[in-house]
Amino acid sequence: MTGRGTNWVDEALREHEEHAAAEEAAARNADAGDAGAGDAGGAARAAGRDATPSDREQQVLDRIDRARRRRPRIREERITMSHGAGGKASRTLVEAVFLDAFRNPLLEPLEDAAQLQVGGARLALTTDTYVVSPLFFPGGNIGDLAVNGTVNDLAVSGATPLYLSAGFVLEEGFGVADLTTIVASMTAAAEAAGVQVVTGDTKVVERGKADGCYINTAGVGVVEHHLALGAATARPGDAVIVSGPVGDHGVTIMLARGELDIEADLTSDTAAMNGMIAGLLEAVPGVRAMRDATRGGVATILNEVAVAAGVGVLVEEDQIPVRTQVRGAAELLGIDPMYVASEGRMVAVVDGGQADDALAALRAHPLGEQAAIIGHITADQPGIVLLKTAFGGTRIVDLLVGDPLPRIC
Amino acid sequence: MRFVDEFRDADKAHALAARITELCEPGQRYKFMEVCGGHTHTIYKHGLEDYLPEAITLVHGPGCPVCVIPMGRVDDAIHLASEPDTIMTSFGDMMRVPGSQGSFFDAKAAGTDIRMVYSPLDSLKIAKQNPDKRVVFMAIGFETTTPSTAMTVLRAKAMGLENFSVFCNHVTIIPAIKAILDSPDLRLDGFIGPGHVSTVIGCRPYEFIASSYGKPVVVAGFEPLDILQSIYMLMLQLSEGRSEVENQYTRVVPWDGNLAALTAINEVMELRPYFEWRGLGFITHSAMRLREGFRAFDAEVLFGVPGVRVADPKACQCGEVLKGVLKPWECKVFGTACTPETPIGTCMVSPEGACAAYYNYGRMNRRRVVEVELTRP
Repeated sequence: MTGRGTNWVDEALREHEEHAAAEEAAARNADAGDAGAGDAGGAARAAGRDATPSDREQQVLDRIDRARRRRPRIREERITMSHGAGGKASRTLVEAVFLDAFRNPLLEPLEDAAQLQVGGARLALTTDTYVVSPLFFPGGNIGDLAVNGTVNDLAVSGATPLYLSAGFVLEEGFGVADLTTIVASMTAAAEAAGVQVVTGDTKVVERGKADGCYINTAGVGVVEHHLALGAATARPGDAVIVSGPVGDHGVTIMLARGELDIEADLTSDTAAMNGMIAGLLEAVPGVRAMRDATRGGVATILNEVAVAAGVGVLVEEDQIPVRTQVRGAAELLGIDPMYVASEGRMVAVVDGGQADDALAALRAHPLGEQAAIIGHITADQPGIVLLKTAFGGTRIVDLLVGDPLPRIC
Repeated sequence: MRFVDEFRDADKAHALAARITELCEPGQRYKFMEVCGGHTHTIYKHGLEDYLPEAITLVHGPGCPVCVIPMGRVDDAIHLASEPDTIMTSFGDMMRVPGSQGSFFDAKAAGTDIRMVYSPLDSLKIAKQNPDKRVVFMAIGFETTTPSTAMTVLRAKAMGLENFSVFCNHVTIIPAIKAILDSPDLRLDGFIGPGHVSTVIGCRPYEFIASSYGKPVVVAGFEPLDILQSIYMLMLQLSEGRSEVENQYTRVVPWDGNLAALTAINEVMELRPYFEWRGLGFITHSAMRLREGFRAFDAEVLFGVPGVRVADPKACQCGEVLKGVLKPWECKVFGTACTPETPIGTCMVSPEGACAAYYNYGRMNRRRVVEVELTRP
């Protein structure tokens, strides 16, 4: 009747037992082979009662770390809304279903765009589908998003965006005037970003089979520099920069749905960032990685960097620019602005020695006026994002589970 | 931001922490339970434990609304939601709580109409818009949310709505605290009292904890400084040899509670003879059901539920975690078989659950974190 088989708990527990048994056996072997020294964790595990609470806690943390590195598996029998949220479930879906099936070296880095060598040119290719609800919101509509989002995916990959495709899924009964408005916004956004929509497709489905209008765009760009950008290149000492206040888009959409009876003077931040990014790349050769902070927000990007590069990330909460309206709405709703989507903001990891130059380059562009250094990359606690809270405590920032805001873009 | 930043001031926190440390007797250890999951969330989210001396341990209590819902009740709810022409409404927290066959999210993906609402009153709107469907509100929570369910039922009655009902799972906090106090395997030195619950029931119901059990109670607010100040107040009571109920959250909690809310609850609901709590088992007079005069709104009476008791998986140690006997990471399956993505135990579901709070915010070795900070460029 429901999504999971009846024995999902048993299955999860059996898997746990198998891994625990294997790890214990490995630890025993290690101890037998090298009595005395051995690895401290294994010895302590075998000894058990001699370990201090702090050691035992560390063993549990190590065990969890190993569990998180295992190949992800989908336990659900059906797609749930979590699979589209950009958090852990999305990552599991992408890795367990798509990456597993399509696996190739170009796809494997799971960056925002694939880098292709075609003849003498290095090209970047990306695609994105937009299902935002509502279609029109303060500061833009689905058309702006569809162009800016794909332009940004190319730009953060270090490419100069050139051409876009546009595919429309329209629901029977959708207003032609609305469609015209959306397409006019796309034209304006493309012009502002300096790209052209050069091919497209239209499908119409029966009333009730879609929600008005969905748009897919794909984009191609050319990579004109020789930097090796990618989350995996982050290294200890690098600075982490955001290009402006985070979470405007997500909170705007949530309020635009009118379910919350909250009003705020706030508009979506949807914008094409290719101009700002070109300025940054020109001024700072030490840019290691860039990501646009869409679904899952800044927190998700930082986790991707931590895992991809095997480094720790330490950020300071009071350095992260967040508008008061966004903070207020997020407080009321119990969500963390670090997870809320922006559509015109990016996170950059930059060589620590060039952080101030990068900041100056970003601030020179209108979109980056409020850019800020929010933290840095560390060698310790690899794979973990630590947050120094404004209150003065420390906590980790994990990937989000579940979806506080479905259909944000 | 006003009304928020004042309560997160790091300088004030340092000052309070110093005074708390001064009150610690050498060689003495102190264990305080924060009853409410909202406090657990605040403690982890702001990294409050960094301010506490090693002598003080915070134990996370049972006051997390979804954490105490047993698997059988989730199954019952999904049974109700799966009936033809039914819309179930629920708070978002409930969506991922596992039943024996999966969660509301799984049921939703399988075609059941389960919708998230921010207020039970939204369910009335849905009921009005869908006269040919029956709308069942999954009511959960302690005294914090009980009044809004009661008000919703009263409103439904006044509106003459015939297609709206409530699946009532409201629980009461005092019997749970008593169960913990009577539990032999836990030694506590005091309680950080639940703030939101107390806005409704006031501070008097905790007096037995101070008088009969000799443990101090401080009802606390939800900002990190509120909690730190409450710990200071508890330490002060201990150092002066007092055990009293004190109210730190005076800006919100009236000593006698909210009479209008209590009246609404009393009009609509009565105590059940007993109710099953996740991990804690059956506790007498620990939950609410609708009174006979409101049967027309009681989904359990109207449609019937299987009511099958589902035993918790043996490996799941939620009960020990809810009672504060085990720290989240001491549970055998913590973080491996049981994670926030695929929770087995309810403590791993809600952000207020101790396991989820630890997994999402506290999964680090604090000793090593200090080293990281020292080596910052």
